[in-house]
Amino acid sequence: MPMPEWLRIRRGKHADQRDAALWSKCPVCGEVLYRRDLAANLFVCTKCGHHFRMSAYDRISMLIDGDFTEIGTEVATGDPLGWVDKKTYPVKIAADREKSGINEGVVCGVGSIDGFDVALAVMDFHFRGGTMGTVVGERITMLLEEARKRKLPCVIFTASGGARMEEGMFALMQMAKTTAAVARFMNDGNFFVTVLTDPTTGGVSASFAFESDVIVAEPKAMIGFAGRRVIEQTIRQKLPDEFQTAEFLLEKGAIDMVVTRAELKPTLVRLLEYAAGGRRAS
Amino acid sequence: MTNPIVERERGLVELERRIAELRDVNVDQPVDMSPEIAALEQKYEEILREVFGNLSPWMKVHMARHPNRPTALDYIDAFERFDELHGDRHFRDDPAIVGGFGLLCGRPVIAIGEQRGRDTKENLRRNFGMPSPEGYRKVRRLAHLAARLRVPIITFVDTKGADPGISSEEHAQSEAIAMCLYEFSQARVPIVATVVGEGGSGGALALAIADHVIMLEHSTYSVASPEGCAAILWSDASKAEEAAARLKLTAQDLQGFGIVDEIVPEPLGGAHRDREAVIARVLGSIDAAVSRLAAMPPDRLLEERYRKYRRLGSWESGQQESDGSHA
Ligand SMILES: [Zn+2]
Repeated sequence: MPMPEWLRIRRGKHADQRDAALWSKCPVCGEVLYRRDLAANLFVCTKCGHHFRMSAYDRISMLIDGDFTEIGTEVATGDPLGWVDKKTYPVKIAADREKSGINEGVVCGVGSIDGFDVALAVMDFHFRGGTMGTVVGERITMLLEEARKRKLPCVIFTASGGARMEEGMFALMQMAKTTAAVARFMNDGNFFVTVLTDPTTGGVSASFAFESDVIVAEPKAMIGFAGRRVIEQTIRQKLPDEFQTAEFLLEKGAIDMVVTRAELKPTLVRLLEYAAGGRRAS
Repeated sequence: MTNPIVERERGLVELERRIAELRDVNVDQPVDMSPEIAALEQKYEEILREVFGNLSPWMKVHMARHPNRPTALDYIDAFERFDELHGDRHFRDDPAIVGGFGLLCGRPVIAIGEQRGRDTKENLRRNFGMPSPEGYRKVRRLAHLAARLRVPIITFVDTKGADPGISSEEHAQSEAIAMCLYEFSQARVPIVATVVGEGGSGGALALAIADHVIMLEHSTYSVASPEGCAAILWSDASKAEEAAARLKLTAQDLQGFGIVDEIVPEPLGGAHRDREAVIARVLGSIDAAVSRLAAMPPDRLLEERYRKYRRLGSWESGQQESDGSHA
């Protein structure tokens, strides 16, 4: 997959360093995979089909045709509670920026997917476990407001351990803020798709992830409100492996479809086409 | 787990008994014991002030969980009238959520509350006030009904959080909560929410997107329970006291943040020490807020609700790393 110029600039040196690692080990089957082969296979294990977690910019480059105009880059993490535990919150954030190569848990912007203009948000688990604090909530809200203004469909990829504890109630309030923006966006007749990737839990799961018109999930993605550990501690027994997987949720009627990564883009394009009333001349 | 507030109260029981005894004796005694009674009562007040006058965040968590603290139904039963409505119309009636039509100061309203038990038996029946998806679907149904009939929505928040169980996950707890948020953000009627005990995470927020949010003086409202936060951040639920201090979960903190609009004071020692007065005060505050909000045109009400939540957050204005657009 050739890397577009904008992506090379956005990813900077961090991603180059990460890409320099020659191989990755599949956490499911143990197969040692060359990083280049893994990337060429959309970060899916060539042996067992395990879907690796993807960085936001890898996702975006997998989907977006050419240019991608980011929204909300000027919004940066604050420290509303003055949080300190073993480290201060700003120190934790700086470490995550360094490690992940992105400056917060979501990348939002506007681009086109196979000719269809969309507002796209991609959460990244590598940044504080994809937790939702003010910046994540603010950027997603800005994206939905922009999409509403321009009557664009909106696609959000979720990956989140839930609300960000270090921002306390400001984090919880992002559920209310994003939901209000979703409601306004949808009330105007716009189309909203969420793609739930591993993992999608807590405050993200209980807000915009489950408010969309169509809910897609990646195979074996862990999706739920309460974390597995919390449930096991509450009921004092081990949960079956398939509990809270995408396939489990499909069977229970909570989501619309489970789609492999190879089929993801074609599926999104078909959905966008239905909502647009057919293929537009581009 | 023992509640340290209850433990502290135990220490006061002996003093209370002695004051009561002296009062009883005083009635049939030729000798007036009033000065002794007054002295004891003064001492009692001093001890109360010492023990309860300056509660730490962790003590407030326990005050919010106090077994005798007025619960949602204690407030709702003080309405002029209440007719409970049941069920989610799909699967089950969740006793952790109570709701229905009520009359408050002559005005028809829909009242909804998270209801914990007032004793062990009721707690088991009501799942300690932790709602299941069926409960949240009942909330949504009643909120929708209120919006359709154009009657205000009055909620009482009191939960550690949404139920974390197998059945709740199987029945899509996330979707049930998300749809409550959706309904509350859109309902074209005044919404007044009061946190009467513990407001824990999304399970509390599901009833608390409101035009006016009230908290009792010693209630708490947080992104996660202190135990949950400690488990998430430090894999150690025993550090809950530290989490309680860091989370800024008191009514006073949250009013400072603009997340809570009004604090209703409690008597020294907590709401359960003068239930009637506290309940009357809370209902008075709710009625005043509803009266004010009911006078607003629905479009403006909704616009102000949107803006209220739109501005909540705290961020820095960072440097743009690039203009984000590359031809
Ligand atoms: Zn594998």
